[in-house]
Amino acid sequence: MNIYRIEVACADEKNDSEGRGVLHDFHDFGLSGVTAIRAVQVYTIAGESITDDDAQKAGREFFADAVVDKFAVNSHVLPEDLGKAVEVMRKTGVMDPVEQSVKKGLRDLGIETSWLKKSHKFIVSGQITEPELIDATRRLLANEVIEEFEIGHDVQIKAPVNTPYVFKKTEVVLSGLSDQELEKLSISGQLYMSLPEMKEAQAYFEKLGRNPTDVELETIAQTWSEHCVHKTFKGIVKYRNDDTGEEEVIDNLLKNTVAKVTNELKKEWCWSVFVDNSGVIEFDGEMGAAFKVETHNHPSAIEPYGGAGTGIGGCIRDPMGTGLGGKPVMNTDVFCFGLPDMPKDDVPKGCLHPLRIMKGVVSGVRDYGNRMGIPTTNGAVFYDYRYTGNPLVFCGNLAMIPKDKCEKRFPTSGQVALVVGGGTGRDGIHGATFSSVELDEDSEMVSSGAVQIGNPIEEKKVLDFLLRARDKGLYTCITDCGAGGLSSALGEMGETCGITVDLDKIPLKYEGLSYTEVWISEAQERMVISADTDKLEALFALAEEENVSITEIAKFRNDKKLILNYEGTEVANLEMDFLHDGCPRITREAVWATPKHVEPAKSTKSDFSDDLDNILSAWNVCSKEWIIRQYDHEVQGNSVVKPLVGVKDDGPGDAAVVAPILGNKKALVVSNGLNPKYSDIDPYWMAASAIDEALRNIIAVGGSIERCAILDNFCWGNCDKPDRLAGLVRASKACYDFGKAYGIPFISGKDSLNNEYGVGSDTICIPGTLLISAMSVMDDLDCAITMDVKTPGNKIYAVGMTYNELGGSHFYAQNGAIGNNVPKVRPEESTQTYKAMSECTKQKLLRSAHDCSEGGLAAAAAEMAFAGGYGMDLILKNMPRCGIESDNTAALLFSESNSRFVVEVTPENAAAFEVIMSENSVPVGCLGRVTEGEVFMVRDIKGAVVIDSGINELKGVWQKPLAL
Amino acid sequence: MQSPKAIVIRTAGTNCDEETKFALEHAGAKAELIHINHLAKESNPFGDTKIIAIPGGFTYGDDVASGKVLAVELAHVIGDKLNEFVAKGGLIIGICNGFQVLVKTGLLPDARFSAALERKTTLTFNDSHKFECRWVRLKADSDTVCVFAEGGEEFDMPVAHGEGKFVCRDQSVLDELKANGQIVYRYVGADGSADIDYPEDPNGSVEHIAGICDKSGRIFGMMPHPERHIFAHQHPRARRDENAGKVEGEGIRLFKRAVRYCKES
Repeated sequence: MNIYRIEVACADEKNDSEGRGVLHDFHDFGLSGVTAIRAVQVYTIAGESITDDDAQKAGREFFADAVVDKFAVNSHVLPEDLGKAVEVMRKTGVMDPVEQSVKKGLRDLGIETSWLKKSHKFIVSGQITEPELIDATRRLLANEVIEEFEIGHDVQIKAPVNTPYVFKKTEVVLSGLSDQELEKLSISGQLYMSLPEMKEAQAYFEKLGRNPTDVELETIAQTWSEHCVHKTFKGIVKYRNDDTGEEEVIDNLLKNTVAKVTNELKKEWCWSVFVDNSGVIEFDGEMGAAFKVETHNHPSAIEPYGGAGTGIGGCIRDPMGTGLGGKPVMNTDVFCFGLPDMPKDDVPKGCLHPLRIMKGVVSGVRDYGNRMGIPTTNGAVFYDYRYTGNPLVFCGNLAMIPKDKCEKRFPTSGQVALVVGGGTGRDGIHGATFSSVELDEDSEMVSSGAVQIGNPIEEKKVLDFLLRARDKGLYTCITDCGAGGLSSALGEMGETCGITVDLDKIPLKYEGLSYTEVWISEAQERMVISADTDKLEALFALAEEENVSITEIAKFRNDKKLILNYEGTEVANLEMDFLHDGCPRITREAVWATPKHVEPAKSTKSDFSDDLDNILSAWNVCSKEWIIRQYDHEVQGNSVVKPLVGVKDDGPGDAAVVAPILGNKKALVVSNGLNPKYSDIDPYWMAASAIDEALRNIIAVGGSIERCAILDNFCWGNCDKPDRLAGLVRASKACYDFGKAYGIPFISGKDSLNNEYGVGSDTICIPGTLLISAMSVMDDLDCAITMDVKTPGNKIYAVGMTYNELGGSHFYAQNGAIGNNVPKVRPEESTQTYKAMSECTKQKLLRSAHDCSEGGLAAAAAEMAFAGGYGMDLILKNMPRCGIESDNTAALLFSESNSRFVVEVTPENAAAFEVIMSENSVPVGCLGRVTEGEVFMVRDIKGAVVIDSGINELKGVWQKPLAL
Repeated sequence: MQSPKAIVIRTAGTNCDEETKFALEHAGAKAELIHINHLAKESNPFGDTKIIAIPGGFTYGDDVASGKVLAVELAHVIGDKLNEFVAKGGLIIGICNGFQVLVKTGLLPDARFSAALERKTTLTFNDSHKFECRWVRLKADSDTVCVFAEGGEEFDMPVAHGEGKFVCRDQSVLDELKANGQIVYRYVGADGSADIDYPEDPNGSVEHIAGICDKSGRIFGMMPHPERHIFAHQHPRARRDENAGKVEGEGIRLFKRAVRYCKES
């Protein structure tokens, strides 16, 4: 075997932007003695017939750019005396998609390789000790969950060791085990099953008179995991409210709250709800819009880049696996992180620093979404120290699906199952069960296998292939391989008829996987389809055209059994009924008591300019442009209202408007609502506010809630604890109450529980977090408006009632308080507001509108002004208020009451606007007007100036925190 | 004359293929998406095709360098067929990743596949070392020979790339490109000014160059995306006063000129 090591670097240091970026990170890390860092790409290629000339040719024609790079074969491309070197490489067995492309490129050049590996070398100049370099590499360059590194200039990349797997059927002794032994087995086997579940399995096999095989037990653990069956939401809850003494037993929380809304509303335009991988509503007569949002929290905590990338990758596969497959048109991303400026020493042991998590998550989602060619046009970020150990990564995908492709046909005996896409590797073992437990400092070690590695180009190929195969009618059913891998996908597909799977036929990325690993691996970019046997030839031919791997792996049965074979030997034989219905239901206690916070006294300040600055520069309000710009929000040409709007394209848009069919003016509005801080007062109002925020964002861009559907994503703490579960119950109740009141159905949802991080004997629990994602159909995209003010002289109005609701507000947070007056939602008022606003935008009476949320009216108006590049002159005298004394300026400026807007109206349209508002009994008040120049001025009810700022200064403080 | 035939080449990781096809058709061409495997298999895949578009995306993950793997594939798998197409006077437009592919084959700026040592220009990592999506303003050089452009025109388009910094091997290459009218578009300020910095020039290109063509003006590549500005409503400031009443986007002009050129020649 001939092995060559080819090093490539920029010939001119000034083009080495990667090295400069790393230098920046080293300086931030405190290594100020480092003067320069150079990045070197290292390719190690091996092959029987590779010659010296081949290696030179590969370096010259392929690896190095002829204009800007230089390269060296089997020597150093940059001199050793430049500084200390460290080389980072993927661990053996960790997939690297680069290898596949390099192999192909070299083959096109006539060079055959038997293996190859890419590694990254960094040469660090200046003052740094070896231990410092090792420490910095660990913290900044390498993630040891998937990578390893070596110090020195002469690192030798080792050939991958492939140990062939020798088949051995393994049984697990369950029979006769005590409770204690069962619990021990559940943990040591990473099954994370509860004792009643272990006992249920034990009883099942005792009845059969045998012990289970390892793969049978794993299958049960996967299928019964919280992640797959949502035990908490579907279990029995004994709820007690200690404030009121009220008690009730809720049998299936999901059915009695979220799903109940949809069932009672019975909207005929809901085409597919809660039954498939995503929810589908009618877009026009022919096309539906499928929407799914889910989380990938635990993997992102441990390996942010891979975890977040596969988060969006997995979410995209949901609409792809809905009905007979949708075509993705848009992504959303919502993140919750710890504070980016957390002192290094405060980060709990075993956690990555929040800034590193944020950077990794953002780039993971970026690289996956951008490479798939799906625009990311809506998102949000929320920061709180309690997300340090449990960051939340919500990824969403919206897809278009033809009406006649919305329903799948469940497979029948005689049909076969095929796996399409990537090979199966050891990545992502135990992801489903791992995501169902609490994290602590050892999680990184225990669960490194749970990290998946994404390859978006593979997924794009699969998508291109599937859409063509769908339109040719080549398959009958489709689902994605997500949590639980083939075990879940085939288990679900065969649920109603039974299935025999030949595990040895499943294509692998490399040798050495046991039959159990093959079955439960969560390797990415795989879809499972079922097909009639007479369609196989056409499927294989099409797959070849698209360079996609497709393999027949299973046959459907008619006896509702799950049979797994490996090389002809049966390794599992389970009844589908037991697998899918055998999980014992749990009963849990939930106890609620409203927390009592200190209520701050009324502010007597006479100038609030500094408060506005502080609010605009708060992590949760400040500009997210650094993140947004890294996402392609223009690909597919479908974005109408973009995430950044205004005269300089840098103001905060309220919602995305997307016209998914080029040339057609019908559009979709997509928004989200998220208010975890209100959970500190009452999760009921947190959930209500999230729903209201998502809806009012739709209204703010000119949409309506007539044909609008929402998705729920609950992220919660450990629901074995009665206070956590009580919060979840309250939030769920709000979902029913306000979904019903607004007439908005839920069409899909997901939950991620156990988001607590163990520190010593204590845990840090995330605030109860509900993300509401909304989509609404907009008939004419010309009705869309943006939040930036347009023209000096136009009038500015406050729409909707402001209450004394500073509880959980940014104003209180700036002053170190939480308070108790949490914003309520009053649907009897707000439905009128939304109806009137939609009528105004339909008649094109508004020039701009912005929703009042974090930071209240003052922040909303300031954002409108600096996004539009004009000043404002406002007075609070006519602002509609209820329960706020005339001298409580702080409440008028900063109360976060729901269902309110600030709008801009031309003087000519003012009368028509006021008529529509008054016809609908919506309280409005003219606050003033847009002004030439830069002054942003607000006067209190008596006319005294309380805010006097410049729009450029306001924009500056708003942009600064995340200008990374 | 009937609608000229256009082919949009796609492969693993191509992702702006559909909107590029839409733009060509909206401009009056008859466009088709064709996988490179199909082009490799057919003996005369281009036939009477007048326009080839290599769209944006991340072909083969942009592994090694953006567009590199597809550039090698074009050269070594369908090089002869493309040479024949060029010799017959066909038009090629490479957008974003397609531009990267064209410079990495040598088709830009020299209208032929070349060995690495002959390569004159490239596109490399943005100075920010970050993928960025933003709208930029472009201005065409007054003496451009490009058939897709019109000297002096200005318009807005989005960029979305991480490797868009245009670099010449040396000053003589840049002088030659200028002398031949091969500089097509440059990034400019909102007022058309050439005195700009980041972010008006999003990547740090030499002399803020955003697109170039070959000597004939028929092979053309640019980093910004004209196919994403076919309708006025796609513009981020479409709802501001200065854009009131506009229907057509500015990017469609490039495709219309190409179609007209094909019809007239």
